[in-house]
Amino acid sequence: MRAAKAYLRSPAAVIGTVILLAVLVMGVGADWFYPGDPLGLAGRPLQWPGQNPRFLLGTDSSGRDIAAQIVHGARISLLIGFVATSIAVVIGIAIGSVAGFYGGATDTALMRVTEAFQTLPNFILLLVLVAVFGSTIETVTIAIGIVSWPPVARLTRAEFLSLRTRDFVQACRVQGLSDAHLILREVLPNALPPVIVYASVVMAVAILLESALAFLELSDPNVPSWGNLIGLGRNVLRTEWYVSAIPGVAILLTILGVSLVGQGLNDALNPRLARAR
Amino acid sequence: MTARLTVSNLTIRLPRGADRENAIEDVSLTLNAGEILCVVGESGSGKSVTASAAMGLLAPGLSITAGALDLCGEDLRKVTSDQWRAIRGRRIAMVFQEPMTALNPLMTVGAQLEEMWRVHLGLDAAEARQRALAALNEVKLPDPEGALRAYPHELSGGQRQRVMIAMALALEPEVLICDEPTTALDVTTQAQVLALIKDLQVRHGTAVMFITHDFGVVAEIADRVAVMRLGRVVEEGSAQAVLTTPQHDYTKALLRAVPALSAPVPRALSDERVLEVRGLTKTYASRGIFRRRRPVRALDDVSVSVRRGATLAVVGESGSGKSTLARVVVGLLGADGGQVKIGGAPLPAQRRAAARLVQMVFQDPYASLNPRRRVGAQVAQGPIAAGTPAKQAMTEARELFCMVGLDGDAVDRYPHEFSGGQRQRIGIARALAMKPQVLVADEPVSALDVSVQAQVLALLRELQQRLDLSILFITHDLRVAAQLCDEVAVMRNGVVEESGPIGAVFASPRSDYTRSLIAAIPGKALFGT
Repeated sequence: MRAAKAYLRSPAAVIGTVILLAVLVMGVGADWFYPGDPLGLAGRPLQWPGQNPRFLLGTDSSGRDIAAQIVHGARISLLIGFVATSIAVVIGIAIGSVAGFYGGATDTALMRVTEAFQTLPNFILLLVLVAVFGSTIETVTIAIGIVSWPPVARLTRAEFLSLRTRDFVQACRVQGLSDAHLILREVLPNALPPVIVYASVVMAVAILLESALAFLELSDPNVPSWGNLIGLGRNVLRTEWYVSAIPGVAILLTILGVSLVGQGLNDALNPRLARAR
Repeated sequence: MTARLTVSNLTIRLPRGADRENAIEDVSLTLNAGEILCVVGESGSGKSVTASAAMGLLAPGLSITAGALDLCGEDLRKVTSDQWRAIRGRRIAMVFQEPMTALNPLMTVGAQLEEMWRVHLGLDAAEARQRALAALNEVKLPDPEGALRAYPHELSGGQRQRVMIAMALALEPEVLICDEPTTALDVTTQAQVLALIKDLQVRHGTAVMFITHDFGVVAEIADRVAVMRLGRVVEEGSAQAVLTTPQHDYTKALLRAVPALSAPVPRALSDERVLEVRGLTKTYASRGIFRRRRPVRALDDVSVSVRRGATLAVVGESGSGKSTLARVVVGLLGADGGQVKIGGAPLPAQRRAAARLVQMVFQDPYASLNPRRRVGAQVAQGPIAAGTPAKQAMTEARELFCMVGLDGDAVDRYPHEFSGGQRQRIGIARALAMKPQVLVADEPVSALDVSVQAQVLALLRELQQRLDLSILFITHDLRVAAQLCDEVAVMRNGVVEESGPIGAVFASPRSDYTRSLIAAIPGKALFGT
């Protein structure tokens, strides 16, 4: 309750929430705003925004409605963001909590695996995964989740390392409770706030990674994602720059929204840090 | 007598949303040259806020709303932050509670000390070094030359506090403020540091404002005493008057709560030994290729035993191994050798089986409860894991809450809604929920105010009679041990120096170490037998 109030008091958090809600409404109501296939032929190609009142944001080089693609693309970007982040957070927390709680040889082994993942640039790893497993929207999402978990694991481990020696955890040991109870009920809830805040960073990066893949024309071409639109616009960048610029602004605003929400969460969940600033 | 520091009608407002409007209200104090004024109070009484206002170091959010601060005729409320820098250290100096955090861990003691003269007086390196050496000599550090080159972590707590005092007195300030400077120290070290402060104060004629919660310390060094409660000064007067003929009810209550060093009337004790510790050893070795530190023997052939229904106090200073002993007995730490037997059988290695036999009450009531879970669930979870149906466990938890003096409905609340003393009661309820044969209490009252301390000790005594509890009571404070315990074991460097019935040990201690511990208890002359 107190955290919710603190969250709503921060202007950054409110602006971020409004932006994200707008994107969410766009995604959810896409079929209502623009019924029909957003990738279907709609009119003459490369019409500038405002040139034809039927196409609010103009058409791309294949004659498809950019506004329809933006609205439907919101759905894809949010979906990739949420699902990939969930995958990364679940893997990260599982590995980080076990490593941090048990320490010793378990910790050493798990952390070497984590470092192995971290030493590879994650975009290169993503390219390899997509090249091997194909580029449907499902594999792209899972691949993004797989390359994003190491920092989450490290953060969770650090929290666990300091929390596991606290008196309240020791008290539960003395009460005869199992390790599973200690990890899930005692330590994890206390370790979660910084991880939740970091999840917003993971989400922003996930959306960017998908766009980057699409820009290289390696993402799923059969879905109307913002990245695909930027990729298409690449060929006409010098003359009809709006084809790339409009989805670019959409990505920029969404990531801004996610970051502001993350900032607000950080202030609300770590009140002491916020006050010191 | 000239007034060095005058605080008149000072009111400091707390930020909105705090538990009261003002941190201190209408506080007036006068600190004269050449005297020690003790400001006494329990936590939250505003004694530290008063001191930080005098240093110009109020925490953000606090603001002075009325009153005046005056240092030898200079109005401290008009001083700008630049001018403050010249006043602090040079005219008003401070000694903090925790000497480790007050010293910079990356600078040698010498460099930090010399900085005082180089920054404030602009002396050159050689001269500053000379003065630093003289200052360390004055505070009676054993090896002043070596201490100059040492880093703070290489000194002991008492030595660090001596360095802090040397630093505070370096520029001969008019006023010295000591904020609980001996609270983090052992009794014997505390006695030495108190004697040192008193000695230096007399020699330099400094005016000392000494903040403490311990009336024993007050009795040792105070010339005058001001008692604070909830932001107000309730009583002020000469040490003699306040300590022997207190006027205010609160002062009387505080003085009554100071434990006397008199052994309780011996009771008939059972012959059955419910907890037996035989030849326990535990060594902390530093691991790795570069073994820089020598292994520490925390427990060296320790043998103690607790009779059924009785209390054994394990008394020792920090580093004596008493906490290690507690942790080995409850199974949180493995021993290197020796045996722990409960009810005649060795302590089982399995956590769940051991939980039925031995339980623990922890030192810090703020750290020993999970802040994110309801307190009732934390009490009931042990029995539930052991197989008690959840509903029955919750009913039992309610009954336990009533038994430890809390409201049964409090089970649905979160830890932050309770005070320190109440949390410690919850900790006791949690331990008793497992119906253990032995209760291990690791410094259960050392983090509490004196009056709360007395209540918790009374609760433990009452529970012991009602439930026939056997308690292993770890403490550094002989006065606390004397209130509750039947037998005592004095530990030093991992070895039991002396043990026996508490009355016998206090009346005629056999070892020199026990004698020095008893001699070091502050305020003995006033509160002793």
